[in-house]
Amino acid sequence: MSAAKPSPNQSLGGTLRRLVSGKHRSPLPGFGPGLAVTISWLTVMLFVPLIALIAKSISLTPSEFLAAAWSDRARAAYTLTFGAAAIAAVVDVILGLLFAWVIVRYRFPGRQMLDAIVDLPFALPTAVAGLVYSSLYVKNGWFGQFLVPLGIEGAYSRFAIVLVLVFLGLPFVVRTVQPLLSSLEGDIEEAAASLGASRWQTFMRVILPSLMPALYTGFALAFARGLGEYGSIIFVSTNIPFKSEIAPMLIYSRLEDYKYEEATAIAVVLLAGSITTLMLINWLEARNRRYAR
Amino acid sequence: MSISVQNLSKRFGDFVALKNVSLEVPSDSLTALLGPSGSGKTTLLRIISGLESADEGSILFKDEDVTTRSARDREVGFVFQHYALFRHMTVFENVAFGMRVRNAPNNEVRERVNELLHLVRLEGLGQRYPSELSGGQRQRVALARALAVKPRMLLLDEPFGALDAKVRQELRTWLRKLHEEMHVTTVFVTHDQEEAFEMADQVVVMSQGHIEQTGTPQAVFDNPATSFVMDFLGNVNVFHGRVQSGRVQMGPFSLQYDEYQHEEPRNATAYVRPHELDIDRSPSQASLLGKIKQINPAGSVLKVRVAVEEFGVELNVDVTHYRAKQLELKLNDIVYVHPRSVRVFMPEADYVI
Amino acid sequence: MHVNSVRTQKTAGKMVANEPLWFRILLISLCYLIASVLIIVPLIYVFVQAFSEGISGWWNNLFNDAETRHSVFLTLIVVPLAVLVNTVCGVAAAWTLTKFKFPGRTLLMTALDLPFAVSPVVAGLMFVLLYNLRTGYFAPMLNAIGLKVIFAWPGLVMATMFVTIPFVARELIPLMQALGDDEELAAVSLGASPWQIFWRVTLPNIKWGLLFGVIQCNARAIGEFGAVYVVSGRIERETYTMALRVEKLFQDYNNPGSYAVASVLTLMALSTLVLKIILERMVAASMEQSSAE
Repeated sequence: MSAAKPSPNQSLGGTLRRLVSGKHRSPLPGFGPGLAVTISWLTVMLFVPLIALIAKSISLTPSEFLAAAWSDRARAAYTLTFGAAAIAAVVDVILGLLFAWVIVRYRFPGRQMLDAIVDLPFALPTAVAGLVYSSLYVKNGWFGQFLVPLGIEGAYSRFAIVLVLVFLGLPFVVRTVQPLLSSLEGDIEEAAASLGASRWQTFMRVILPSLMPALYTGFALAFARGLGEYGSIIFVSTNIPFKSEIAPMLIYSRLEDYKYEEATAIAVVLLAGSITTLMLINWLEARNRRYAR
Repeated sequence: MSISVQNLSKRFGDFVALKNVSLEVPSDSLTALLGPSGSGKTTLLRIISGLESADEGSILFKDEDVTTRSARDREVGFVFQHYALFRHMTVFENVAFGMRVRNAPNNEVRERVNELLHLVRLEGLGQRYPSELSGGQRQRVALARALAVKPRMLLLDEPFGALDAKVRQELRTWLRKLHEEMHVTTVFVTHDQEEAFEMADQVVVMSQGHIEQTGTPQAVFDNPATSFVMDFLGNVNVFHGRVQSGRVQMGPFSLQYDEYQHEEPRNATAYVRPHELDIDRSPSQASLLGKIKQINPAGSVLKVRVAVEEFGVELNVDVTHYRAKQLELKLNDIVYVHPRSVRVFMPEADYVI
Repeated sequence: MHVNSVRTQKTAGKMVANEPLWFRILLISLCYLIASVLIIVPLIYVFVQAFSEGISGWWNNLFNDAETRHSVFLTLIVVPLAVLVNTVCGVAAAWTLTKFKFPGRTLLMTALDLPFAVSPVVAGLMFVLLYNLRTGYFAPMLNAIGLKVIFAWPGLVMATMFVTIPFVARELIPLMQALGDDEELAAVSLGASPWQIFWRVTLPNIKWGLLFGVIQCNARAIGEFGAVYVVSGRIERETYTMALRVEKLFQDYNNPGSYAVASVLTLMALSTLVLKIILERMVAASMEQSSAE
């Protein structure tokens, strides 16, 4: 085959022909049916619902949209939602790093139990988490009896929202950092030591930067989880507009009033916010990862 | 700076990595620790660097006992087998690392790093990441990084182990030249005898946790101290025979052997290197009759394999191209082979009896 | 060099990496403290509360309450349906996306992750916008055939499906990429039919990973709250799943009842964790096996 001629396989026509005829470069079967199932599944379950959301939101005039999505109450809800999710995700990054560090690098009794239990927030229904957290931190609860006299309100407060989001997001960070941490070669730490770095310098300058990609990813996942969370928060929050109302709650109360358009407008802002944040973090991570090409 | 290793021992569980090893590395020398895997050479290097601690014995740098000093305080440049570059740092920052952790001023760092990048011929690649470099380039970054802190000595663990043959050869020559320019005491670990002999001033041959022989490459090559060294240096012809009353008897050969004058016969092994065998068309005293089975050109010599039926062995003989032409050697020719020099070792166990 | 490198690994960090003992103990204790506060104590609390009226009280709260009984029944219908569809389609998607290269492949990959970025409440809202019988985009069609989706069990299934779209496919894709398609190609060359290839070659290789994905999907489906909450309309004895029932009993100040249901959900979560540990070992073993061959 001469190199000068473009191969017919690479031309657009070739691609289309192969797609249409179902003939593909791979001799494996199932491309046609597999693609059909995948696309129908995602269309019915994902694309059509997303289109409905967008269609409904553009059926509003810009001023109607703004009135619904950018009211004072909505803005307060976004601030709380994004703020609580961000704080919780930052806390998760710190705690998650600690957990991953201890589980990967140390051998001690109960290590495997600790490793397993970290996954509980993945598996536990959020309603159960909310139920328990709401009772533990009230005035006569197991933790609340000590904390409330100190002025720490771990239930029915904004702090309560952060607390339950920290619980939900923890495994995301632990599980993204863990594999990277255990794959770090011991010799880079030795190299740092032989070059005169202290343990702290080795951690700050060598280990931590190597873990940054995983920390970004873990942060993003915990943050996204926190933004959307609803089930646990309705238990631990008082749900008062302007004070302790998160965006998903506001959407729901609009829905209950059959104000679908307003609910949609707020939902679009929430969705745009979370997708933008995720993309931003993805970009940061990719930039950070240049060395790992 | 000279290094003195005194009575060093190290175990890993049941495995004895080093037993009672002592070694002097002269100042400004280039020393090779040579041995097969598991011989303890890497462990010895790591103990010198402080990355590993010894169970017994001490390490002296010049006159200073550093045995209990951590790697961080030994001021030793260590180059790792797989480079251990910091993947998230540019080449520049990798080299600068040692100075950064010592809080060296920025302009000083820049100057020194650029100087080193020039030295290792990587100018202009400072902003690359390690993943964007070839193996040989990474090795040179690792070297520059180790040199940046002006170490008291340079320790290299299998420095060219992960590189392909051509790059390896280039780097060897280059490192030897670099060493001559810098005058830093250097110790490197290798399992490749060619590498050790080509580069080092002093070769230390190790096996099973102890030192078999220490000496200049010439001395080790010409006078292997033990049968292990002889064997390890490779590609030798081995004869089994007996010693008695100052003579070795091996088939038709009878050679003088002053080291053993007893009447009682002992088993002995004789080693002859391929280049120490001569091929001729006519017999001389003490020659073996054989048939040429194979002729392969290998660089400056021809490698000839001669089957000696009498002994049931095949001998490897190195013949110069000139000599081969003179003799018009062909396959299946009948020739006479005789050794110019033979080395005899008696197994130590025999002495004890 | 093998012996050498193994030894180096085992001893790496003897002098360099390991932090002083007091520091290690400090970090480990800190982990235990945080795990206790965030995870272990809440876990114990669920059971303490659930059994506060003794075993018979717990039993009564669970099975002598008609509405709770119905919620268990409904969960047993909704969850398996959602998991089944997502498993079948997830396998098809993983096959299509890993065995073939085609335009739009990356797009579909990204789409699979999208539900992670969508708040469950927003997901529920999308289905309300599409399927509600008054203003929904599909209302005319649904009215014509007399099918009720929103405020009925089909809506619950769809909402649950949306939230659990990624689980099976996301688990399988990296596994199938790592396994490669050499074995399938060999099967093709030996004349196997597409079904034979899948059942005899692919499935045995991915079975543990698949089960792992199914279990995670199942756990999330059982626990799903926000999306289901929105589409359920909360009709007694019709649209309460177990997770919703926990909230309802809590709102009715029936704490023992609420905790009884929560304890069952927690037991399911714990068994998910146990299964996960077992399966993780199986997956690791099968990966090792294939890489050793």
